Amino acid sequence: MDSLLLNFFNLGILQQAWPYLLKGLGMTLLLCVVVIPLGIAGGLVVALASRAPRRWMRWAVIAYVDFFRAFPPLVLLMFLAFGLPFLGLDLPAFVAVALAFLLNTSSYYGEIFRAGIESIARGQYEAARSLGLSAPQYMRAVILPQAVRNVLPDLIGNTLEVIKLTSIASVVALPELLYAARQAQAVTYNATPVVAAGIIYLICLWPLVRLLSRYEHKQLHAHN
Amino acid sequence: MSKFAETFFNWPIMVQYLPKIVEGFFVTIQLALAVVVTGIACGLVLAVVRSFRVRAVNFFIVVFVDAFRALPPLVVIILFYFALPTIGIRMTGFVSTWLALSLVLAAYAEEIFWAGLLAVPKGQWEAARSIGLDTLQTLRYVALPQAVRITIPPLTNRTIAITKNTALGAVVAVGEILYQAQGAYSFSYNPSPLTLGAIAYLILFLPVVWFGRWVETRFAWKR
Repeated sequence: MDSLLLNFFNLGILQQAWPYLLKGLGMTLLLCVVVIPLGIAGGLVVALASRAPRRWMRWAVIAYVDFFRAFPPLVLLMFLAFGLPFLGLDLPAFVAVALAFLLNTSSYYGEIFRAGIESIARGQYEAARSLGLSAPQYMRAVILPQAVRNVLPDLIGNTLEVIKLTSIASVVALPELLYAARQAQAVTYNATPVVAAGIIYLICLWPLVRLLSRYEHKQLHAHN
Repeated sequence: MSKFAETFFNWPIMVQYLPKIVEGFFVTIQLALAVVVTGIACGLVLAVVRSFRVRAVNFFIVVFVDAFRALPPLVVIILFYFALPTIGIRMTGFVSTWLALSLVLAAYAEEIFWAGLLAVPKGQWEAARSIGLDTLQTLRYVALPQAVRITIPPLTNRTIAITKNTALGAVVAVGEILYQAQGAYSFSYNPSPLTLGAIAYLILFLPVVWFGRWVETRFAWKR
Protein backbone atom coordinates (compact mmCIF):
# COMPACT_ATOMS: atom_id res chain seq x y z
CA MET A 1 0.00 0.00 0.00
CA ASP A 2 2.80 2.39 0.94
CA SER A 3 4.62 1.47 -2.23
CA LEU A 4 1.48 2.26 -4.23
CA LEU A 5 1.14 5.68 -2.61
CA LEU A 6 4.83 6.39 -3.02
CA ASN A 7 5.02 5.38 -6.69
CA PHE A 8 1.56 6.25 -8.04
CA PHE A 9 0.18 9.06 -5.90
CA ASN A 10 3.30 10.85 -4.70
CA LEU A 11 2.23 14.42 -3.93
CA GLY A 12 5.79 15.76 -3.79
CA ILE A 13 6.50 14.44 -7.28
CA LEU A 14 3.13 15.66 -8.52
CA GLN A 15 3.96 19.15 -7.31
CA GLN A 16 7.22 19.10 -9.28
CA ALA A 17 5.62 17.68 -12.41
CA TRP A 18 2.48 19.83 -12.32
CA PRO A 19 3.76 22.79 -14.42
CA TYR A 20 4.93 20.39 -17.15
CA LEU A 21 1.64 18.51 -17.12
CA LEU A 22 -0.28 21.78 -17.44
CA LYS A 23 1.87 22.82 -20.40
CA GLY A 24 1.25 19.40 -21.95
CA LEU A 25 -2.48 19.74 -21.39
CA GLY A 26 -2.33 23.13 -23.13
CA MET A 27 -0.68 21.52 -26.15
CA THR A 28 -3.28 18.73 -26.18
CA LEU A 29 -6.06 21.35 -26.16
CA LEU A 30 -4.37 23.32 -28.95
CA LEU A 31 -4.07 20.12 -30.96
CA CYS A 32 -7.79 19.38 -30.45
CA VAL A 33 -8.80 22.92 -31.43
CA VAL A 34 -6.85 22.60 -34.70
CA VAL A 35 -7.48 18.96 -35.53
CA ILE A 36 -11.23 18.58 -34.82
CA PRO A 37 -12.52 21.47 -37.00
CA LEU A 38 -10.07 20.39 -39.72
CA GLY A 39 -11.36 16.81 -39.58
CA ILE A 40 -15.01 17.90 -39.60
CA ALA A 41 -14.44 20.23 -42.57
CA GLY A 42 -12.53 17.48 -44.41
CA GLY A 43 -15.31 15.02 -43.58
CA LEU A 44 -17.95 17.33 -45.03
CA VAL A 45 -15.94 17.64 -48.24
CA VAL A 46 -15.60 13.84 -48.38
CA ALA A 47 -19.32 13.32 -47.77
CA LEU A 48 -20.34 15.85 -50.43
CA ALA A 49 -17.83 14.41 -52.90
CA SER A 50 -19.22 10.92 -52.31
CA ARG A 51 -22.45 12.20 -53.90
CA ALA A 52 -20.65 13.56 -56.97
CA PRO A 53 -22.44 13.02 -60.28
CA ARG A 54 -19.47 11.23 -61.88
CA ARG A 55 -18.91 7.60 -61.05
CA TRP A 56 -15.09 7.79 -61.02
CA MET A 57 -15.26 10.58 -58.43
CA ARG A 58 -17.46 8.48 -56.16
CA TRP A 59 -15.07 5.55 -56.52
CA ALA A 60 -12.11 7.80 -55.74
CA VAL A 61 -13.81 8.93 -52.53
CA ILE A 62 -14.55 5.34 -51.47
CA ALA A 63 -10.92 4.38 -52.16
CA TYR A 64 -9.71 7.35 -50.09
CA VAL A 65 -12.00 6.53 -47.17
CA ASP A 66 -11.19 2.81 -47.11
CA PHE A 67 -7.46 3.44 -47.52
CA PHE A 68 -7.24 5.72 -44.51
CA ARG A 69 -9.63 3.63 -42.43
CA ALA A 70 -7.44 0.57 -42.98
CA PHE A 71 -4.30 2.44 -41.90
CA PRO A 72 -3.62 2.53 -38.16
CA PRO A 73 -3.27 6.26 -37.37
CA LEU A 74 0.08 5.73 -35.63
CA VAL A 75 1.50 4.10 -38.78
CA LEU A 76 0.29 7.04 -40.88
CA LEU A 77 1.79 9.50 -38.42
CA MET A 78 5.18 7.77 -38.37
CA PHE A 79 5.21 7.52 -42.13
CA LEU A 80 4.63 11.26 -42.47
CA ALA A 81 6.97 12.24 -39.64
CA PHE A 82 9.89 10.01 -40.66
CA GLY A 83 9.34 9.61 -44.39
CA LEU A 84 8.59 13.14 -45.63
CA PRO A 85 11.88 14.69 -44.42
CA PHE A 86 13.60 12.42 -46.96
CA LEU A 87 11.78 14.27 -49.70
CA GLY A 88 13.11 17.55 -48.35
CA LEU A 89 9.78 18.27 -46.63
CA ASP A 90 10.95 18.80 -43.07
CA LEU A 91 7.61 19.37 -41.41
CA PRO A 92 7.43 20.52 -37.80
CA ALA A 93 5.98 17.76 -35.58
CA PHE A 94 2.77 19.74 -35.11
CA VAL A 95 2.15 20.00 -38.87
CA ALA A 96 2.90 16.30 -39.41
CA VAL A 97 0.42 15.39 -36.66
CA ALA A 98 -2.24 17.75 -38.04
CA LEU A 99 -1.81 16.31 -41.54
CA ALA A 100 -2.02 12.70 -40.33
CA PHE A 101 -5.14 13.55 -38.33
CA LEU A 102 -6.74 15.35 -41.28
CA LEU A 103 -6.27 12.29 -43.52
CA ASN A 104 -7.44 9.82 -40.87
CA THR A 105 -10.32 11.66 -39.23
CA SER A 106 -11.77 13.17 -42.41
CA SER A 107 -12.51 9.64 -43.64
CA TYR A 108 -14.30 8.74 -40.41
CA TYR A 109 -16.23 12.03 -40.21
CA GLY A 110 -16.95 11.67 -43.92
CA GLU A 111 -18.61 8.27 -43.46
CA ILE A 112 -20.74 9.67 -40.62
CA PHE A 113 -21.87 12.71 -42.63
CA ARG A 114 -22.62 10.47 -45.61
CA ALA A 115 -24.85 8.24 -43.45
CA GLY A 116 -26.57 11.37 -42.15
CA ILE A 117 -27.20 12.78 -45.63
CA GLU A 118 -28.50 9.41 -46.82
CA SER A 119 -30.95 9.30 -43.90
CA ILE A 120 -32.85 12.31 -45.29
CA ALA A 121 -36.01 11.36 -47.14
CA ARG A 122 -36.31 12.13 -50.87
CA GLY A 123 -39.32 14.33 -50.27
CA GLN A 124 -37.11 16.85 -48.51
CA TYR A 125 -35.02 17.30 -51.68
CA GLU A 126 -38.10 17.56 -53.85
CA ALA A 127 -39.70 20.09 -51.51
CA ALA A 128 -36.49 22.15 -51.42
CA ARG A 129 -36.19 22.07 -55.22
CA SER A 130 -39.80 23.05 -55.67
CA LEU A 131 -39.18 26.12 -53.51
CA GLY A 132 -36.57 27.12 -56.04
CA LEU A 133 -33.52 26.56 -53.84
CA SER A 134 -30.26 25.82 -55.65
CA ALA A 135 -28.16 22.77 -54.77
CA PRO A 136 -25.76 24.63 -52.44
CA GLN A 137 -28.71 26.42 -50.86
CA TYR A 138 -30.75 23.33 -50.10
CA MET A 139 -27.71 21.40 -48.88
CA ARG A 140 -26.87 24.15 -46.42
CA ALA A 141 -30.36 25.15 -45.31
CA VAL A 142 -32.38 21.93 -45.57
CA ILE A 143 -30.36 18.72 -45.82
CA LEU A 144 -27.27 19.27 -43.66
CA PRO A 145 -29.03 20.60 -40.53
CA GLN A 146 -31.30 17.53 -40.45
CA ALA A 147 -28.46 15.16 -41.37
CA VAL A 148 -26.25 16.48 -38.58
CA ARG A 149 -29.06 16.11 -36.06
CA ASN A 150 -29.62 12.49 -37.11
CA VAL A 151 -25.99 11.49 -36.63
CA LEU A 152 -25.14 13.76 -33.69
CA PRO A 153 -24.30 10.87 -31.31
CA ASP A 154 -21.90 9.40 -33.89
CA LEU A 155 -20.29 12.81 -34.41
CA ILE A 156 -19.77 13.23 -30.66
CA GLY A 157 -18.47 9.67 -30.38
CA ASN A 158 -15.96 10.19 -33.16
CA THR A 159 -14.85 13.49 -31.65
CA LEU A 160 -14.20 11.67 -28.36
CA GLU A 161 -12.05 9.17 -30.27
CA VAL A 162 -10.13 12.01 -31.96
CA ILE A 163 -9.41 13.70 -28.63
CA LYS A 164 -8.09 10.43 -27.20
CA LEU A 165 -6.09 9.84 -30.36
CA THR A 166 -4.10 13.05 -29.85
CA SER A 167 -2.09 11.03 -27.29
CA ILE A 168 -0.26 9.28 -30.15
CA ALA A 169 1.41 12.59 -30.98
CA SER A 170 3.70 11.82 -28.03
CA VAL A 171 5.39 9.19 -30.20
CA VAL A 172 6.75 11.84 -32.58
CA ALA A 173 7.85 14.00 -29.62
CA LEU A 174 5.11 16.60 -29.79
CA PRO A 175 5.04 17.84 -26.18
CA GLU A 176 1.36 17.13 -25.41
CA LEU A 177 -0.02 15.75 -22.14
CA LEU A 178 1.17 12.15 -22.43
CA TYR A 179 4.61 13.21 -23.69
CA ALA A 180 5.02 15.67 -20.82
CA ALA A 181 4.01 12.95 -18.35
CA ARG A 182 6.47 10.45 -19.83
CA GLN A 183 9.28 13.02 -19.66
CA ALA A 184 8.43 13.82 -16.06
CA GLN A 185 8.38 10.11 -15.26
CA ALA A 186 11.80 9.63 -16.82
CA VAL A 187 13.27 12.53 -14.84
CA THR A 188 11.70 11.71 -11.46
CA TYR A 189 11.87 7.95 -11.93
CA ASN A 190 8.36 7.76 -10.49
CA ALA A 191 5.06 6.78 -12.13
CA THR A 192 3.00 9.55 -10.50
CA PRO A 193 3.11 11.93 -13.53
CA VAL A 194 1.75 9.25 -15.88
CA VAL A 195 -0.97 8.28 -13.39
CA ALA A 196 -1.82 11.97 -13.06
CA ALA A 197 -2.04 12.32 -16.86
CA GLY A 198 -4.46 9.37 -16.91
CA ILE A 199 -6.58 11.05 -14.24
CA ILE A 200 -6.55 14.33 -16.19
CA TYR A 201 -7.80 12.51 -19.31
CA LEU A 202 -10.50 10.84 -17.21
CA ILE A 203 -11.69 14.09 -15.66
CA CYS A 204 -11.75 15.91 -19.01
CA LEU A 205 -13.39 13.16 -21.05
CA TRP A 206 -15.77 11.55 -18.55
CA PRO A 207 -18.53 14.17 -19.09
CA LEU A 208 -18.33 13.49 -22.83
CA VAL A 209 -18.63 9.73 -22.25
CA ARG A 210 -21.71 10.28 -20.03
CA LEU A 211 -23.30 12.59 -22.60
CA LEU A 212 -22.70 9.99 -25.28
CA SER A 213 -24.22 7.22 -23.14
CA ARG A 214 -27.33 9.35 -22.57
CA TYR A 215 -27.67 10.01 -26.31
CA GLU A 216 -27.28 6.33 -27.16
CA HIS A 217 -29.98 5.31 -24.71
CA LYS A 218 -32.31 8.07 -25.86
CA GLN A 219 -31.89 6.94 -29.45
CA LEU A 220 -32.66 3.38 -28.42
CA HIS A 221 -35.86 4.36 -26.63
CA ALA A 222 -36.97 6.39 -29.61
CA HIS A 223 -36.31 3.31 -31.71
CA ASN A 224 -38.48 1.03 -29.56
CA MET B 1 10.86 10.75 -59.36
CA SER B 2 13.82 8.37 -59.17
CA LYS B 3 14.71 9.95 -55.87
CA PHE B 4 11.20 9.23 -54.66
CA ALA B 5 11.47 5.58 -55.73
CA GLU B 6 14.90 5.24 -54.18
CA THR B 7 13.64 6.69 -50.93
CA PHE B 8 10.32 4.91 -50.47
CA PHE B 9 10.65 1.84 -52.71
CA ASN B 10 14.32 0.94 -52.37
CA TRP B 11 14.30 -2.62 -53.69
CA PRO B 12 17.47 -4.05 -52.03
CA ILE B 13 16.44 -2.64 -48.65
CA MET B 14 12.90 -3.94 -49.03
CA VAL B 15 14.14 -7.42 -49.89
CA GLN B 16 16.56 -7.34 -46.96
CA TYR B 17 13.92 -6.44 -44.38
CA LEU B 18 10.95 -8.33 -45.79
CA PRO B 19 11.46 -11.31 -43.41
CA LYS B 20 11.32 -8.94 -40.41
CA ILE B 21 8.07 -7.40 -41.61
CA VAL B 22 6.58 -10.84 -42.23
CA GLU B 23 7.57 -11.82 -38.70
CA GLY B 24 5.83 -8.68 -37.42
CA PHE B 25 2.80 -9.48 -39.57
CA PHE B 26 2.22 -12.71 -37.66
CA VAL B 27 2.75 -11.05 -34.28
CA THR B 28 0.13 -8.43 -35.24
CA ILE B 29 -2.31 -11.19 -36.21
CA GLN B 30 -1.70 -13.05 -32.92
CA LEU B 31 -2.14 -9.90 -30.87
CA ALA B 32 -5.26 -8.85 -32.77
CA LEU B 33 -6.92 -12.26 -32.41
CA ALA B 34 -6.10 -12.43 -28.70
CA VAL B 35 -7.57 -8.95 -28.16
CA VAL B 36 -10.75 -9.66 -30.15
CA VAL B 37 -11.49 -12.95 -28.36
CA THR B 38 -10.75 -11.69 -24.84
CA GLY B 39 -12.38 -8.29 -25.29
CA ILE B 40 -15.64 -9.51 -26.80
CA ALA B 41 -15.96 -12.43 -24.35
CA CYS B 42 -15.43 -10.13 -21.34
CA GLY B 43 -17.82 -7.55 -22.76
CA LEU B 44 -20.52 -10.16 -23.26
CA VAL B 45 -20.10 -11.54 -19.73
CA LEU B 46 -20.28 -8.03 -18.26
CA ALA B 47 -23.46 -7.23 -20.23
CA VAL B 48 -25.11 -10.46 -19.06
CA VAL B 49 -24.10 -9.76 -15.45
CA ARG B 50 -25.50 -6.24 -15.81
CA SER B 51 -28.85 -7.63 -16.99
CA PHE B 52 -29.37 -9.20 -13.52
CA ARG B 53 -29.66 -5.59 -12.32
CA VAL B 54 -27.84 -5.86 -9.00
CA ARG B 55 -27.34 -2.20 -8.11
CA ALA B 56 -23.91 -2.46 -6.45
CA VAL B 57 -22.49 -4.68 -9.21
CA ASN B 58 -23.87 -2.49 -11.98
CA PHE B 59 -22.30 0.58 -10.42
CA PHE B 60 -18.85 -0.99 -10.79
CA ILE B 61 -19.57 -2.13 -14.34
CA VAL B 62 -20.61 1.41 -15.34
CA VAL B 63 -17.51 2.90 -13.71
CA PHE B 64 -15.30 0.38 -15.52
CA VAL B 65 -16.96 1.02 -18.87
CA ASP B 66 -16.84 4.80 -18.51
CA ALA B 67 -13.19 4.77 -17.45
CA PHE B 68 -12.01 2.65 -20.36
CA ARG B 69 -14.06 4.67 -22.84
CA ALA B 70 -12.51 7.89 -21.54
CA LEU B 71 -8.87 6.80 -21.30
CA PRO B 72 -6.74 6.85 -24.48
CA PRO B 73 -5.54 3.25 -25.17
CA LEU B 74 -1.93 4.42 -25.43
CA VAL B 75 -2.15 5.84 -21.90
CA VAL B 76 -3.44 2.49 -20.59
CA ILE B 77 -0.67 0.56 -22.36
CA ILE B 78 1.98 2.91 -20.97
CA LEU B 79 0.53 2.68 -17.46
CA PHE B 80 0.67 -1.12 -17.62
CA TYR B 81 4.15 -1.32 -19.10
CA PHE B 82 5.99 1.58 -17.46
CA ALA B 83 4.04 2.33 -14.28
CA LEU B 84 3.00 -1.04 -12.85
CA PRO B 85 6.61 -2.33 -12.55
CA THR B 86 7.28 0.41 -9.97
CA ILE B 87 4.91 -1.42 -7.62
CA GLY B 88 6.32 -4.82 -8.50
CA ILE B 89 3.90 -5.92 -11.26
CA ARG B 90 5.90 -6.73 -14.38
CA MET B 91 4.58 -7.81 -17.74
CA THR B 92 5.96 -8.01 -21.26
CA GLY B 93 5.02 -5.48 -23.90
CA PHE B 94 2.83 -8.09 -25.60
CA VAL B 95 0.90 -8.83 -22.40
CA SER B 96 0.43 -5.16 -21.50
CA THR B 97 -0.82 -4.32 -25.00
CA TRP B 98 -3.09 -7.37 -25.06
CA LEU B 99 -4.49 -6.61 -21.62
CA ALA B 100 -4.96 -2.88 -22.24
CA LEU B 101 -6.69 -3.29 -25.61
CA SER B 102 -8.82 -6.19 -24.31
CA LEU B 103 -10.08 -4.03 -21.43
CA VAL B 104 -10.86 -1.16 -23.82
CA LEU B 105 -12.69 -3.49 -26.21
CA ALA B 106 -14.52 -5.14 -23.29
CA ALA B 107 -15.79 -1.73 -22.16
CA TYR B 108 -17.11 -0.81 -25.62
CA ALA B 109 -18.50 -4.32 -26.24
CA GLU B 110 -20.33 -4.31 -22.89
CA GLU B 111 -22.01 -1.03 -23.78
CA ILE B 112 -23.00 -2.33 -27.22
CA PHE B 113 -24.31 -5.70 -25.94
CA TRP B 114 -26.18 -3.94 -23.13
CA ALA B 115 -27.84 -1.58 -25.60
CA GLY B 116 -28.76 -4.65 -27.65
CA LEU B 117 -30.31 -6.38 -24.64
CA LEU B 118 -32.31 -3.25 -23.79
CA ALA B 119 -33.60 -3.19 -27.35
CA VAL B 120 -35.25 -6.61 -26.91
CA PRO B 121 -38.88 -5.72 -26.16
CA LYS B 122 -40.18 -6.42 -22.64
CA GLY B 123 -42.86 -8.69 -24.06
CA GLN B 124 -40.18 -11.14 -25.20
CA TRP B 125 -38.94 -11.54 -21.62
CA GLU B 126 -42.49 -11.93 -20.32
CA ALA B 127 -43.35 -14.48 -23.00
CA ALA B 128 -40.22 -16.49 -22.18
CA ARG B 129 -41.09 -16.46 -18.47
CA SER B 130 -44.65 -17.51 -19.18
CA ILE B 131 -43.51 -20.64 -21.03
CA GLY B 132 -41.44 -21.57 -17.98
CA LEU B 133 -37.89 -20.49 -18.95
CA ASP B 134 -35.73 -19.24 -16.09
CA THR B 135 -33.60 -16.10 -16.37
CA LEU B 136 -30.52 -17.82 -17.78
CA GLN B 137 -32.57 -19.79 -20.29
CA THR B 138 -34.38 -16.61 -21.34
CA LEU B 139 -31.04 -14.90 -21.88
CA ARG B 140 -29.64 -17.80 -23.82
CA TYR B 141 -32.54 -18.74 -26.07
CA VAL B 142 -34.57 -15.54 -26.37
CA ALA B 143 -32.80 -12.30 -25.46
CA LEU B 144 -29.18 -12.83 -26.53
CA PRO B 145 -29.86 -14.21 -30.04
CA GLN B 146 -31.97 -11.12 -30.79
CA ALA B 147 -29.57 -8.74 -29.05
CA VAL B 148 -26.47 -10.08 -30.79
CA ARG B 149 -28.06 -9.61 -34.21
CA ILE B 150 -28.57 -5.89 -33.83
CA THR B 151 -25.21 -5.40 -32.13
CA ILE B 152 -23.22 -6.89 -35.00
CA PRO B 153 -22.68 -3.73 -37.11
CA PRO B 154 -21.54 -1.40 -34.27
CA LEU B 155 -19.55 -4.20 -32.67
CA THR B 156 -17.74 -5.00 -35.93
CA ASN B 157 -16.78 -1.37 -36.47
CA ARG B 158 -15.56 -0.93 -32.90
CA THR B 159 -13.59 -4.18 -33.03
CA ILE B 160 -11.88 -3.12 -36.26
CA ALA B 161 -10.96 0.26 -34.76
CA ILE B 162 -9.49 -1.34 -31.65
CA THR B 163 -7.54 -4.09 -33.43
CA LYS B 164 -5.83 -1.38 -35.50
CA ASN B 165 -4.53 -0.09 -32.17
CA THR B 166 -2.24 -3.13 -32.03
CA ALA B 167 0.21 -0.75 -33.78
CA LEU B 168 0.45 1.05 -30.42
CA GLY B 169 2.33 -2.02 -29.18
CA ALA B 170 5.35 -0.63 -31.07
CA VAL B 171 5.72 1.94 -28.28
CA VAL B 172 6.29 -0.82 -25.70
CA ALA B 173 8.59 -2.93 -27.92
CA VAL B 174 6.08 -5.54 -29.11
CA GLY B 175 7.66 -7.02 -32.24
CA GLU B 176 4.65 -6.31 -34.47
CA ILE B 177 4.67 -4.76 -37.96
CA LEU B 178 5.23 -1.13 -37.02
CA TYR B 179 7.97 -1.97 -34.51
CA GLN B 180 9.85 -4.08 -37.06
CA ALA B 181 9.43 -1.43 -39.74
CA GLN B 182 10.62 1.31 -37.41
CA GLY B 183 13.66 -0.75 -36.34
CA ALA B 184 14.57 -1.50 -39.95
CA TYR B 185 14.12 2.17 -40.81
CA SER B 186 16.61 3.26 -38.15
CA PHE B 187 19.14 0.60 -39.18
CA SER B 188 18.99 1.37 -42.87
CA TYR B 189 18.23 5.09 -42.54
CA ASN B 190 15.76 4.72 -45.39
CA PRO B 191 11.96 4.85 -45.12
CA SER B 192 11.39 1.90 -47.48
CA PRO B 193 10.78 -0.49 -44.54
CA LEU B 194 8.03 1.91 -43.41
CA THR B 195 6.47 1.61 -46.87
CA LEU B 196 6.68 -2.15 -46.55
CA GLY B 197 5.03 -1.96 -43.11
CA ALA B 198 2.29 0.28 -44.52
CA ILE B 199 1.65 -2.25 -47.29
CA ALA B 200 1.50 -5.05 -44.70
CA TYR B 201 -1.14 -3.10 -42.76
CA LEU B 202 -3.17 -2.55 -45.91
CA ILE B 203 -3.01 -6.26 -46.77
CA LEU B 204 -4.21 -7.07 -43.27
CA PHE B 205 -6.84 -4.40 -42.69
CA LEU B 206 -8.31 -3.52 -46.11
CA PRO B 207 -10.21 -6.84 -46.23
CA VAL B 208 -11.31 -6.21 -42.65
CA VAL B 209 -12.62 -2.74 -43.54
CA TRP B 210 -14.47 -4.21 -46.55
CA PHE B 211 -15.90 -6.91 -44.31
CA GLY B 212 -17.11 -4.15 -41.99
CA ARG B 213 -18.83 -2.39 -44.91
CA TRP B 214 -20.51 -5.63 -45.96
CA VAL B 215 -21.71 -6.33 -42.42
CA GLU B 216 -23.12 -2.81 -42.19
CA THR B 217 -25.33 -3.28 -45.23
CA ARG B 218 -26.17 -6.90 -44.42
CA PHE B 219 -27.34 -6.26 -40.84
CA ALA B 220 -28.49 -2.67 -41.28
CA TRP B 221 -30.84 -1.30 -38.64
CA LYS B 222 -34.34 -1.12 -39.93
CA ARG B 223 -35.40 2.39 -39.07
